[in-house]
Amino acid sequence: MNYQVTIGLEMHCELKSNSKVFSKSRNTFSGTPNSNVTPLDMAFPGTLPMVNHKCVSDAIKMALVLNCKIPEVMSFDRKNYYYPDLPKGYQITQFYNPVGTKGNIDILVDDKVVNIKIHDIHLEEDAASLDHYVDTSVIDYNRAGVPLLELVTEPCIHSSAEAVAFLEHMRSTYKYCDVSEGDTKKGQIRCDVNVSLSKNENLGTKVEIKNVNSFGAVRDVIEYEIKRQSSLLEAGKGYEIEQETRRWDEETKQTVRMRSKADAIDYKYFPDPNIPPYVITKEEIENIRKTIPVLPMARKKIYEEKYGLSSYDAKVIIKEKSVSDYFEECLKLNIPAKLASNWLTTSILGKINEIDIPLEKFYLKPEFLKQIITALEKGIISSKQAKEIFNKAIEEEKEPQTYLKENSQLNDEEEITKIIQNILDNNPMQVKEYKDGKSNLFDYFVGQVMKETRGKANPNITKEILNKLL
Amino acid sequence: MSYMDKSLTMIHKALINKEVTSKELIKESLEKAFKLQKTCNAFVSILEDAKEKEVTEDILSGIPYGIKDNYATKDILTTASSNTLNNYVPFYNATAIDNLNKHNVVGVAKTAMDEFGMGGVGITPHTGIVKNPWDVTRSPGGSSCGSAASVAAGVYPYALGSDTGDSIRKPAAYCGIVGYKPTYGMISRFGLFPFASSLDHCGVLTRNVYDAGVVVNAMKGLDENDMTSWDSKDIDLVKEIDNDIKDKKVCYIKEICDITFYPNASLELQEHLKNFKKTLDILKNLGVKVEEVSVSRELLSKIASVYVVISCAEATSNMSNLTGISFGPRSDEKKDVFKMMKEHRTKGFSPLIKRRFVIGSYVLQKENQERYFKNAARVRRLIVEAWKDLFKTYDAVILPVGSGPAPLIKDCIDHISNDENTILEEHLQVGNFGGFPSITIPNGFINNLPVGVNLTSNIYNDKVLLNIAHKLEEAMPYQNQIAKGGLK
Repeated sequence: MNYQVTIGLEMHCELKSNSKVFSKSRNTFSGTPNSNVTPLDMAFPGTLPMVNHKCVSDAIKMALVLNCKIPEVMSFDRKNYYYPDLPKGYQITQFYNPVGTKGNIDILVDDKVVNIKIHDIHLEEDAASLDHYVDTSVIDYNRAGVPLLELVTEPCIHSSAEAVAFLEHMRSTYKYCDVSEGDTKKGQIRCDVNVSLSKNENLGTKVEIKNVNSFGAVRDVIEYEIKRQSSLLEAGKGYEIEQETRRWDEETKQTVRMRSKADAIDYKYFPDPNIPPYVITKEEIENIRKTIPVLPMARKKIYEEKYGLSSYDAKVIIKEKSVSDYFEECLKLNIPAKLASNWLTTSILGKINEIDIPLEKFYLKPEFLKQIITALEKGIISSKQAKEIFNKAIEEEKEPQTYLKENSQLNDEEEITKIIQNILDNNPMQVKEYKDGKSNLFDYFVGQVMKETRGKANPNITKEILNKLL
Repeated sequence: MSYMDKSLTMIHKALINKEVTSKELIKESLEKAFKLQKTCNAFVSILEDAKEKEVTEDILSGIPYGIKDNYATKDILTTASSNTLNNYVPFYNATAIDNLNKHNVVGVAKTAMDEFGMGGVGITPHTGIVKNPWDVTRSPGGSSCGSAASVAAGVYPYALGSDTGDSIRKPAAYCGIVGYKPTYGMISRFGLFPFASSLDHCGVLTRNVYDAGVVVNAMKGLDENDMTSWDSKDIDLVKEIDNDIKDKKVCYIKEICDITFYPNASLELQEHLKNFKKTLDILKNLGVKVEEVSVSRELLSKIASVYVVISCAEATSNMSNLTGISFGPRSDEKKDVFKMMKEHRTKGFSPLIKRRFVIGSYVLQKENQERYFKNAARVRRLIVEAWKDLFKTYDAVILPVGSGPAPLIKDCIDHISNDENTILEEHLQVGNFGGFPSITIPNGFINNLPVGVNLTSNIYNDKVLLNIAHKLEEAMPYQNQIAKGGLK
C-alpha cells in the first residue's frame, strides 16, 4: 500500500560575520579551541548581549528571498534549558516574532518547479561544541554565540528527493546572497527532519529526527523512516508510531529513539529583557532588498532563453554562485555564451575538481580564458594547442598570452619564403630529384620547414610557397 | 578628627586644603570597616590593600567608597553573597566601576547583600546576617544591607547599591540615609550580577541628596555593552539641585497613606504616617503644591504579586548560568555533568532563592504562562500607566517608605509580617516596573530608629526629582546623620 509521505524540515545555517551575533568575539572557524571567546560567550555573570546588526540585516535578506512577512519590530526571546554546551542556560532566539514568517520559494526537483512553503525563519545563537573522550568531555566555546539562521518549512515536502533538492537550493541561495559559507563539512548546516505517513488527507503521527548533519544523511533518514513507519502500518502496528524525537545513527544507518513527546522539554520562552525591541523601517528593508543578487532560478531562465544554453548546462552553471558569476563575467567580455558554457562545464569545472580549489581561487580568470578563445577562433592556435595553453597557464600561473607568443603559427609569408629558400639552397640534390619527377619529395620539404620552425609554420602558406618556388 | 562621616563636599575641601590625604582617609575608612564588621557583619571583603589615588579638582578623587558585592570588580572577589560564587574573581569591571575609576575613586570594601539581591532584610548573605548600626537587633533592610549599614555608620560617604524592588530605597530608610536609583538605563548594568533584568537598577546610598547626584553623575552614561543604556551626557544631576521648587507639584496616594486603610495599625505605623503628614507640611511650606490623589486599591493590591511573578521568572533564567562548570566552586560529582550542575546549585543557593526559582519556573511553564507571566506583564503596564498619568500633572509622587522603622531581625527570620501592610511595604516596586527615578531620604525617627520618605518621578526627570528631594532634605534636620551604634 502506498502512503502519503509528509516531511517538514528545520535547517540551521551558520551565518558569515566578523563578530558573533551578540558578542564581539570573532566569528571564524578556528582550529584552536576557546580562542574566539569573550566573557559573554561563557556567560560570566553581569555580561549582556549586544545585537549584531549585520546579522539581523542578513536574516532580513533571507526572509525577503523567501518571500516572508517581515515584522515591524525586531525582538528576541530566551529558550531556557540546561545543557553543558549552553553557557547561559538559555539560547537567545526569536520565538514570538521571527524575522520572517509565511514565506514560500520555488525550487527545481528533476526539472519540475515545486513551491515550498516556509513557516518561519529566525535568527539565533549557536551553542558551544562538546568533544567527548573516554572519561572526560571538553567544551570549546568558539562556536558559542555564532549566528545561526533557522529556517522552518511547512509540512509540504513529499519525498527525500524534494527534501534534498530544497536543502541544496537553500544552501546555494545562502551562498548567492553571501550570508553563509554553507559548508556542511564544517558543520555549518544542520537539519532536523520531521516525517509522517498517512493514507488520507490528514497528517499522520509526526516523528522528529534531530541533528542530521549532511544532505546525504537527510535522504537516508527519510528513506529509513518511510520504510520503518510503513512497515509498522502494514503490520497493523500504527499505534507504535509515537510522536517522538529520534536521532540518526550514522554507523548503523538507523534512527534511534531519544525521547517521546510526553518528555518534551518546556523551553519556557519569554522575551529577553536585555534586548529592547526595536523598529525596522520600510526604508531599511528596501535597502536590504537592493543587496539581493539575481538568484539561481532567475539566472537559469536567462541562460536558457536569452543565451540558448541547454537546461542541463544552465543547471550546472547556476548550482554555485561562483560558477554562475564566472559565466556572466565571460559574457561581459563578449565570449559567446555557448563557448563560455562549454569551457566552464567541461574544462574549468573538471580542472578545479582535479586540483581541488574553489573557483574563486582559480588562476584562469575570464579575461585569460578569453585570450585562449580568441586565439582559437582566429585560427592562431589549434584546439589541441588551446588545451595545452589552458593547462600550462594554470600550472605556471602565467597569462595565456605568453604562451600564444611562443606557440603562435608562423604566418609571415616573407619569413616562410626566406626559410624555404634556405632549405632549397641547402638541398640541391633533393630539389633536382623533385624536379625530375620524384613528387613525393614535396612532403620532405614541408617536413624540413616544420622542423626548422618547430612546427609553427602555417602549413597552407608553406605549401603554397613551396609550390611557387619549386 | 574624622572625615569619613562627612559629606563629599567637606571631605573634598579637606583634601584640597591638605588637611588630610587620600591615604589617611583610606586608613580611617578601613579602621571603621573592621570595627563595623564586628558589630554589623556588613562586608564580604574589606580591601586592606586599597591604594590612595591622586587628588584632583574632581570632588570624588582620593575618597574611599563601598561597592555592593554584585558589581563585578576586576581581580577582586565578587560573590553576590552567594555560595555559588564564593570563589569567583571577575576579570572585568562593571561599567559603573570603570566610570567611577575615571574620577580617582578608592574602593575599600565589597559589601554584603541578600543573595543575588533577592531578599529585603539582609538575612541571606552567605557570610551571615547583616545588622543595623542604629540597633544591632534590627535589620538594615535589603538587599543592599551592607552598603546601607556602612554608609549609615560613617565608614565612607557613599556605597553602590542595586535596586530590583526597593533594594536601595528601603535599606536607606531603615538606616536613616539617602538611597537613589536613577531612571532605568541611565547607569549601565554591564557587570552587575543580574537578579531580574527588566527591573534591575544600579544606584547609590549616601548621606545627602547632593552626594547622590554627584556619584550617579560619575556612574552613568551610554554603554556599548548594555543595549538598555541611554545617552545622558547632557544631564548634570547636581547643577540645578538648588533651584527654587516653588512651582513644583507633588502628589501622594490616599490609598497608600491614609490610616483608615490600616484598621489594625501598630503604634509604629500610626507614628510613621503621622510623621509622613508632617513631611508633607514641610514641603508645602517650601511652596510646593502638595495634593492627594487616588489610585484604585484593586490595582495597588496587585503590585506585590506582579513583582513576584516577573522578578522570579527573569531570575530563574538569569541564574541558569550558575552551574559551576566554567566558574564558581565545582561540585565533587565528576561523572555525570547534569548531577554536577544540580549539586552545585543545590548546595550553593539558599532556600529563599530556590523558592523563587520554583515560582519563576512555574509561571513560565507553557501551561501557566498566559495566566501568570503574561498577565503580570499586562498588569505591570496598567500600574505604570497609572503612575504616568500622575506624572502628567505632578513632578513627583511622595510616599512613606515601609510601615515604620527597621524590623527586628528575629521577626524577619520568623517571617512575621502583617498582610494588611503589603501595599505600604511593596509600593516602591512601581519605580522598578516603570524604570522611574526614585529616591528615599530620612524624614524622622520613631522609637529612636530612623524612617524614610520616598519621592519618585517620571523617567528622564531625575534632575527635578533630586532638586525637590534636596530642598526637602535641607528643610529637615536629618542630612548627614550618622548611626553611632555601629562603631562602638
